[in-house]
Amino acid sequence: MGYSAFQILKDALSGYKGLKPAWRDAEPKDGGYDIVIIGGGGHGLATAYYLAKKHNITNVAVLEKGWIGSGNVGRNTTIIRSNYLLKGNEPFYELSMQLWENLEQELNYNAMVSQRGIMNLIHTDAQRDAFIRRANSMLFAGAGAEYLNADDVKDRYPFLDMKNARFPIKGALAQPRGGTVRHDAVAWGYARAASDLGVDIIQNCEVTGFSIENDKCVGVKTTKGDIKANRVGSCVAGSSSRVMANAGIKLPIESHVLQAFVTEGLKPVLGNVITFGAGHFYCSQSNKGGLVFGGDIDAYNTYAQRGNLPVVEDVCSGGMAIMPMIGRVRVLRTWGGIMDMSMDGSPFIDKTPIKELFFNGGWCYGGFKATPASGYCYAHLLATDNHHEVANAYRLDRFKYGAMIDEKGVGAQPNLH
Amino acid sequence: MIINHPLLGPRDSEEFVYLGSAELINRPDWQNETAPEDFHNYQYIRENIAGENRELWYHEQGDQSWLVVTRNTLTHEISKVELATEVAKKMGRTK
Repeated sequence: MGYSAFQILKDALSGYKGLKPAWRDAEPKDGGYDIVIIGGGGHGLATAYYLAKKHNITNVAVLEKGWIGSGNVGRNTTIIRSNYLLKGNEPFYELSMQLWENLEQELNYNAMVSQRGIMNLIHTDAQRDAFIRRANSMLFAGAGAEYLNADDVKDRYPFLDMKNARFPIKGALAQPRGGTVRHDAVAWGYARAASDLGVDIIQNCEVTGFSIENDKCVGVKTTKGDIKANRVGSCVAGSSSRVMANAGIKLPIESHVLQAFVTEGLKPVLGNVITFGAGHFYCSQSNKGGLVFGGDIDAYNTYAQRGNLPVVEDVCSGGMAIMPMIGRVRVLRTWGGIMDMSMDGSPFIDKTPIKELFFNGGWCYGGFKATPASGYCYAHLLATDNHHEVANAYRLDRFKYGAMIDEKGVGAQPNLH
Repeated sequence: MIINHPLLGPRDSEEFVYLGSAELINRPDWQNETAPEDFHNYQYIRENIAGENRELWYHEQGDQSWLVVTRNTLTHEISKVELATEVAKKMGRTK
């Protein structure tokens, strides 16, 4: 069933009796699959969708341990942007941005893609130089970038603490095409579109092991029994080390918790996404009016989907420093999600030493914005055996050859990112 | 989290800096034939355990000692705290 304004009207007049589940709740097929994707998050569902849509491979299953939308795809702060610097990154994230721009038409699903713009605040001359260099890199990639001076920033947001003693605001790097997307609608939209093309979405099905014969993966062991597969793709950022350990593969990844926060609803005050990188704070206003914000990871290994209070204090003090008015609103909810922190802050989309077993992970705290391109490029790799040209640098063994993609230039250890 | 320092008693984890797995105490021997591979694994590859994890915490805002903390990464429960120097000496190192 296609969604349209006419359909909404028809449903309303018929008392919504015609509404059906958006995707089939499938059970594993006895005969197995051409490709099994482990992980029914945004990336896994997008991968399945592009496999079916672009590569005509529809004998695909997506295995999800919980339910669709229960993981990081429903736990992030919904920001999309392609304001990267390095060659290995920027074309990839720009592809993602272009896929976001056409996502709703492509999926026939309202994901509330809102290109409201993103602003990275500048506090020093050195930071201005660095951001202008980044802006040039973005312009080369076709991502678009603008430099705002201090008055431009103040005109938009008079409540910002422009004269902050430690971090006075000297301007901002803006990407007008950045913005936010309703995150769980992304999962639902991809799930519905993939399911319509014949993909089996199997929920409550945890992968507990791999069937490996002669260094070749021939299927997975799950809580719903063994499932045969010609090819298996892991796509479980946050739990990558746990899943891949079943295949005897150790990864350059640590799991850390990142917390996020939302306040009570306000009238419109913050039209853009703003980031205060120097103080580890970023914020946007949701369509419901709540200020959605976050900051640093908790900085110790953890698989608990909750953080500790010191980081809550740190993030809130960052908010108070740059937009003191936030002190007058109450935080409604806080939550945490588990990140695959890679050693250089960049992700992996690659083959593994085991034949027919592929790996996608290491998204650090930037996985959501990458969802469409991650699925697109992973599907390309799974279908053709070749890395997509914009995801060619995301190799698992890059540390051996000094080919790190250190976007922030801070060094190759997760506690530095 | 409260870390029960062997010398100073219970301290807020905020006083500490986290480094990573206590495996980092076992620096590979640079004279091994496999040294390039060993150092790659030492520097970049992680066990990333879900459950009881032995890890290094540095008491930066305290007595500046290194501790080996045994902590459950699923619950944040801390079951054991040792001085890293003593752990290293037990493994036959001089310091």
